[in-house]
Amino acid sequence: MSPSALELAGAVRSGERTARDVVEGSLRAIAEGDQAIHAFLEVLADRALADAARVDAAVAAGSDPGPLAGVPVALKDNLCTRGVPTTCSSRILAGWRPPYDATVVERLRAAGAVVVGKTNMDEFAMGSSTENSCSGPSRNPHDHGRVPGGSSGGSAAAVAAGFVPVALGSDTGGSIRQPAAFCGVVGMKPTYGLVSRYGLVAFASSLDQIGPFGATVADAAAVFEVIAGHDARDSTSLRGPAPDVLASVSQGVAGKRIGLVSELLDGVDHEVAARVREAAEAMTAAGASVEEVSIPQFRYGLAAYYLIAPAEASSNLARFDGVRYGLRVEAPDVAAMNVATRTAGFGAEVKRRIMLGTYALSAGYYDAYYARAQRVRTLVSDGFAYAYAKFDALLGATTPTTAFALGEHTEDPLSMYLSDTCTVPASLAGHPAISVPFGTDRAGLPVGVQAMAPALGEATLFALAGALERAAPGQAGGER
Amino acid sequence: MSGISAPAGWELVVGLEVHCELATRTKLFCGCPNAFGAEPNTNVCPVCLGLPGSLPVLNRRAVELAMRIGAALNAEIAPSVFHRKNYFYPDMPKDFQISQYDAPINRGGRLELPDGSVVGIERAHLEEDTGKTTHVGGTGRIGGADYALVDYNRAGVPLVEIVSAPDIRSAAQARAYAGELRAILVATGSSDGRMEEGSMRVDANVSVRRPGAPFGTRCEIKNLNSMRSLGRAIEFEAARQAEVLEGGGTVTQETRHWDEDRGATLPMRSKEEADDYRYFPEPDLVPLAPDGRWQAEVAASIGPLPAERRAVLQRLLGGEPTPAQADQVRSLVASDLDALVVAACERGAPASLALVRAANEVAADLSRAPGLDPGAFAKLLMLEGSGELSASQSKAVLGELLVGGGDPAEVARRLGFEPMDGGALDEVILRVIAEHPEDWARFVAGEDKVKGPLVGAVRRATDNQADPAAVARHLDELRAARA
Repeated sequence: MSPSALELAGAVRSGERTARDVVEGSLRAIAEGDQAIHAFLEVLADRALADAARVDAAVAAGSDPGPLAGVPVALKDNLCTRGVPTTCSSRILAGWRPPYDATVVERLRAAGAVVVGKTNMDEFAMGSSTENSCSGPSRNPHDHGRVPGGSSGGSAAAVAAGFVPVALGSDTGGSIRQPAAFCGVVGMKPTYGLVSRYGLVAFASSLDQIGPFGATVADAAAVFEVIAGHDARDSTSLRGPAPDVLASVSQGVAGKRIGLVSELLDGVDHEVAARVREAAEAMTAAGASVEEVSIPQFRYGLAAYYLIAPAEASSNLARFDGVRYGLRVEAPDVAAMNVATRTAGFGAEVKRRIMLGTYALSAGYYDAYYARAQRVRTLVSDGFAYAYAKFDALLGATTPTTAFALGEHTEDPLSMYLSDTCTVPASLAGHPAISVPFGTDRAGLPVGVQAMAPALGEATLFALAGALERAAPGQAGGER
Repeated sequence: MSGISAPAGWELVVGLEVHCELATRTKLFCGCPNAFGAEPNTNVCPVCLGLPGSLPVLNRRAVELAMRIGAALNAEIAPSVFHRKNYFYPDMPKDFQISQYDAPINRGGRLELPDGSVVGIERAHLEEDTGKTTHVGGTGRIGGADYALVDYNRAGVPLVEIVSAPDIRSAAQARAYAGELRAILVATGSSDGRMEEGSMRVDANVSVRRPGAPFGTRCEIKNLNSMRSLGRAIEFEAARQAEVLEGGGTVTQETRHWDEDRGATLPMRSKEEADDYRYFPEPDLVPLAPDGRWQAEVAASIGPLPAERRAVLQRLLGGEPTPAQADQVRSLVASDLDALVVAACERGAPASLALVRAANEVAADLSRAPGLDPGAFAKLLMLEGSGELSASQSKAVLGELLVGGGDPAEVARRLGFEPMDGGALDEVILRVIAEHPEDWARFVAGEDKVKGPLVGAVRRATDNQADPAAVARHLDELRAARA
């Protein structure tokens, strides 16, 4: 197994390995393996080596190179990188180079991490398979005939394939957790407002959160600590210090009260459900008290999500009009140019959601759709509040199935939407959640277990995630 | 003000929507300068260009100025929410405008006009301005230009939109409302209120009805770039609607454009369907709830309002001001010269004279006015008032004081104006009387029209140094002594 991000950073900080050596290793792995996976849209070899040289110079000069010194990291292509194409896997943004870095990119670089490339995704983060990318799908490293999940499929696959130890994705309704589960890696969505959205190309502003992928829980925790914290450029950014979580990873769950959510087991593939129940039993064995709990409001989460997210998206994506940047298809007048540009520039799923969202916000329909969906969102939060009165954390499946085959759901959008059903509740509530690999199905495909905690409950969340990781089948000290 | 209020038999109903740019240093949601007249697209950044990934951060100062406007209009300052107003337009970088919809920062309110009438205020909310499109080539008009250029310097400039109730009943009242509102904006430091630079823009909703009937169908008139356009456009539109109705037709609710050259309102290209802006709460901003302490601070930070300041000047004048004085009072308050007048009067200067000199000579040299010492100004006015300096001498001395300061008496001597004491003037007058015995006899007999020629003769005898008012007063005194 490749070394973890923390191991690499330790080696670089102590002078045992150079950042250049580490980054070259990552670039080599990408060059050798990404033809088959297509995790990357853009590999930034020259830039990465220059950044690595800066880290090495800092080490040589005896100054602190940062907690992630020399760690190669991949970024989902909806995170703005100065001077580097940021396309959201959309034709409409082909070739667009932002004049600024996202806050998370600044923070990663300041921590010594080295950006090696931009990863593939569903166009504008709309999708659950990375098949809605204008440059073609990514493949699941565990089975190249299957999807890596989405929308952050490229980042999940890059970590699963061992190209990078850690990566960033964005999660609106499950876009980090679901591909993490499909690819057998750790993927975490922070509390809404803990990580600045400045420089994240918006899909649904009230739901979008940036979060880490890692091969290990500790790596995800280390990246989370670097990117979290108040940013004056994001008005929804929470004030006050971000929670320390790295120490929590090894803390264990003794004495913790954990709820196993019925709604995140019912209707889920029986093999996935079996792994989740095994995980729950393992937590009991680790000293937690686990009880099943029903949160019936969760059943309405998906419907509310598929009104709220498209509504916000319909507005967020209006700016792609051919006037200022990106694609322009010429036409006799401005309105015709807008239509021609958007017709040619957006893929089918993006158009579908823009239309759904536009409809949901239209005069005469607003109350029936958008306003009602917002009330359902409140109900889902109420459901969580009820459960968190009794439990410190919740457990359930991350996805209803393991990774599905390429093309399996592309003709039926609704069946694709259903793969978000387990992840959407925490998104609607703005709560932190994480997917941790826990065994496989009969075909050998990874299964993800989802842990959830109340807002700002990241320390509890990572403690539970660490315990799940240690208990997972195949792990040292695990059950099997 | 125009005397025409409405076409005969019709009552005019007007509501105004006034957009004013706030006098902040930076834009509403980013740190770019809020400045007029810069090179196109130089005061821009990822946020006001709406680049993907950028986010708005609310300018605290803009909120404060919006609250000042609310306080000055007796509005309720309320917890508010920003909404997105969605529509496609090339000069709007995000293709939505961040505005306020059903929860504006200022709700309700009233504005009392100088004539004592009161216009209700429905709301005064915060929003961002758009960029500016210039159509180039071809006809230069929207439909026929070769291409268009967009300047985003104005995009994101903070605006407050002040919406009046449909309480206005004449073009003159509409102008008075806009004028009073502008005076308030300037006095509270909220906006510079310059219509010609577009920092105050007025749209008028106009309808007519038979007195006592329900409101008629209204038209919204845009492109009112001056007070004059505002008045003319309303009068034209009222007459147009009355004619349509009298001809048995109906008024169509539409947006019309004021064409200053043709002196007419013309329908703007009508949209195929009704506007649906798909308002929804802006998820990138948090709700705004200024606490009581902040509100109190803002309320305390606004000085006396124009109406109050005009009242102070009117009290100094004593009694009802003449129409000319009322105009002077308004313009002095508008140009912030009322404090100078008050200070001069406190030092003993005659109020009416202070008003005239400040409204004319000082206002004509406004940039230097702040350097004028109120004590020197007062002293000068007293010299003029007592007749020791004539009006023209006083104006000349005032000009010097504005440029270089100094003591008025010394400046007068330097200019060669020998202040005449009362005794010296009497001697000249007696000599002139002796030279014009017939005029004097007629004056004594009560024929006032010969007073002018006598005053003129005295002035000529003093090389125009004598103050005509003082001469006239002396002549009256001499006649009274005879009687």
